[in-house]
Amino acid sequence: METFPDTSGYMIAGFVIAFATMGIYIFSIYLRNRNLKSDLETLESLETKQSKKK
Amino acid sequence: MQSKPIALTILDIVSIIVLGVATYLALVFAPTELVMGDVQRVFYFHVGTAWVGLVGFVLAAVSGIAYLITKNMKWDRFEVAAVEVSTMFFFITIVLGSIWARPAWNTWWTWDPRLTTAAVTELIYIAYFMLRQGIEDPDKRARFGAVYALLGGLSAPITFMVIRLFRTIHPVVIGNASAEAQGGFDMTADMRTAFFFALFAFTVIFIDMMWHRIRLSSLQEKVEELKLNVSM
Repeated sequence: METFPDTSGYMIAGFVIAFATMGIYIFSIYLRNRNLKSDLETLESLETKQSKKK
Repeated sequence: MQSKPIALTILDIVSIIVLGVATYLALVFAPTELVMGDVQRVFYFHVGTAWVGLVGFVLAAVSGIAYLITKNMKWDRFEVAAVEVSTMFFFITIVLGSIWARPAWNTWWTWDPRLTTAAVTELIYIAYFMLRQGIEDPDKRARFGAVYALLGGLSAPITFMVIRLFRTIHPVVIGNASAEAQGGFDMTADMRTAFFFALFAFTVIFIDMMWHRIRLSSLQEKVEELKLNVSM
């Protein structure tokens, strides 16, 4: 029977870090997108108010 | 901001599926390597992320040239997206390589030519964002960024070729390895399937992330324009 060196701990750590990094990056895109959309809404309402005043 | 295109939603779903399949192939389908054991399975993601990382840096250099010629901001958005997504993927490459090296080379890190050029490449692109952060004028920022991406892009082919040109302990998957290479292995047919699928999967995921990042830049530009209009 073949025996392999037990390096499964390293493998698990590797996959966890790979998925965590991709997950954090995707979450950061989501957060930045959400913040920019809220900024855009605020600025658009400000612009509308300014144009009404003029 | 335009609503999310259907093609992008489809690409999101395809990306999740191919990532799932690539993980299955790496963890279950591919046989366990005799000498290194399970840690060798990180190799499929290590090479997959390195592939998209280096291709992205080259794409950033090409879009830098396109920006300098046309002065069209769409190339700047493309360049930023390519650099950001590639830097993230290349970070995974370096970490996975280090994790693999611990049982294979008995060290987390060594200043081998490949590891050194990879670390320098990553640092070059982290500095790219620091440079952009320091410039307020959008045109100047895009111009400086383009020149930097163009020069930084040279590090990608250097990192790719270094294990083929210099004496190094880093194994070579395709091509002839240096005599000092440690941790290399012959791929079986199932390993090759997992390997090539991982390359395909990360290419799809890279395109998907790039698309999202470009949309984010467009939104950012719109917000900056509105800020200027409102403050006037």
